[in-house]
Amino acid sequence: MGSVPTWRSRRTRGLWQRAGRFGLFAVSLALVGVGWELYKWLGPQDGGTLLGWTILPRANDQAMPHVWEMLSRFAQPERRGVEGSILGVVLAGAWYSLRLALAGFGMGMVVGLGSAVVMARFDVVRRGLLPYLVVSQTVPLIALAPLVVSWGGKLQIGDFEWPRWLSAAVLGAFLAFFPVAVGTLKGLTSAPPSSLELMDSFAASWRQTLFKLRFPAAVPYMVPALRLAATASVVGVVIAEISTGLAGGVGRLIIEYAREATADPAKVYTAVFGAAALGLLMAGLVALADLILMRNRPKEMAA
Amino acid sequence: MKAVEVRGLARVFNAGRPNAVDALVGIDLEIESGSFVSLIGPSGCGKSTLLRLIANLLEPSAGEVLVNGKTALRARLDQDYGMAFQQAGLFDWRSVVKNVELPLELKGWDKLKRRQRATEMLDLVKLSEFAGHLPWQLSGGMQQRVAIARALAAHPPLLLMDEPFGALDEMTREHMQGELLRICGETSTTVVFVTHSIPEAVYLSTRVVVMSRRPGRITDEIDVDLGTTRSEETREADAFFKKITEVREALRSDDLPGRGITDIRDIEGR
Repeated sequence: MGSVPTWRSRRTRGLWQRAGRFGLFAVSLALVGVGWELYKWLGPQDGGTLLGWTILPRANDQAMPHVWEMLSRFAQPERRGVEGSILGVVLAGAWYSLRLALAGFGMGMVVGLGSAVVMARFDVVRRGLLPYLVVSQTVPLIALAPLVVSWGGKLQIGDFEWPRWLSAAVLGAFLAFFPVAVGTLKGLTSAPPSSLELMDSFAASWRQTLFKLRFPAAVPYMVPALRLAATASVVGVVIAEISTGLAGGVGRLIIEYAREATADPAKVYTAVFGAAALGLLMAGLVALADLILMRNRPKEMAA
Repeated sequence: MKAVEVRGLARVFNAGRPNAVDALVGIDLEIESGSFVSLIGPSGCGKSTLLRLIANLLEPSAGEVLVNGKTALRARLDQDYGMAFQQAGLFDWRSVVKNVELPLELKGWDKLKRRQRATEMLDLVKLSEFAGHLPWQLSGGMQQRVAIARALAAHPPLLLMDEPFGALDEMTREHMQGELLRICGETSTTVVFVTHSIPEAVYLSTRVVVMSRRPGRITDEIDVDLGTTRSEETREADAFFKKITEVREALRSDDLPGRGITDIRDIEGR
């Protein structure tokens, strides 16, 4: 009984593992940079072609700026004659998009959780609804974005006027709800039959079983689903910004800077890095929730 | 007063389909309050099914079940029984004491009262010092004791157990048997106990119900008069071995042609 591992020692070990994982991430980032430069050095300047097909990307400075050029571009102003570095512009854009992504993530979670509960409760709903959920994800977001914007424009509920940013958030939610719905459904139905039988033997209602057994049992399935949803909401928002031209976010910066790629090839990468950082930040938020939700679970399950 | 009355009970699985199976036929059984009754028989004899019919986790195809004079459904809704399974089935995300509180929580007890009762129950199973631990930090035997504390938390007059010690090693198992007798003695609980083990059934029970399969039915009932207080010496008494032989022969007598002796080895091996 003395060998029962205490909770503190587990937590310390967990922290070390996390620090190690973070270090590994830094190493992998550096490796990507090295790989990029290596290709620039060895790759064909004008792309490799085979029987008229371009199979290797061009390695010239135009298509692939040096890593240090992309990084140093952050310190320079957005365009000539403007005060302040481009870093501030990208950060402001990322902050705007982050709020949209959070709104989309929140909406996606509510819709995803709601549909998962209904599908877990009613088998007939699950069989009817699930195929539509799958089909919904095959609709290209680029096609859907202008539609959602125009629907929003026509919507009038009392004094409420549909703002343009809400369309982008809705598109984020559209991508985010799917993994939540599928993961939660899987989790809600993962409770072992013996535990369900136990709840029956205590004459527990469906609601009690949902909150005291099914949801807690679903947490290990929900965490990876939420991680997917968090990054998906960023993708949805950025694509919505690009395809609807919504100003203020990092998506708009990407199209604007891409147009200037001939003159200033490193510029667009600052916005791309901004979008990537956004996805990492969202995934980090979920990782934090994971730490809190899974703190009491056996280690094997948390893996 | 009868704790359990079963009359003309039958259960068919996959009724009306080509693969229909008579899990149980013509079961009559009476269990007196305060007794300890074991159901023993080969795999597939329907002993777990019988337990689940008493617990109202399954509906009978024919016949009736009364628990404390009520229908099985009423008894389940009133939580007249507690149940323990082969897997302790504790919830990983709840501390030990919160696991014991679960049935009280479902019944709507207030926080103070259920913490008090759960603490009493952990005293009873001698696990008070582990109240704040998480289930996966405990050994299998300790987990099973928590499961018993949980089953008895609402002080039900009846305890239904489905091979609760089946997954434990022999030493832990014998210790748990002694603990179970002590706990049930202190709480004067009636027990219906499903097992594969002949010595376990004899050691624990006031009556052993012998079952046979295809179709599942009761073939014999053997009273075990080893006294009300049993100890480790009981396991070495001649009377204990005599009863084991008697139960073994009752199990063997229904060995039908076409069914290998390996079945009996299965029973004893478990």
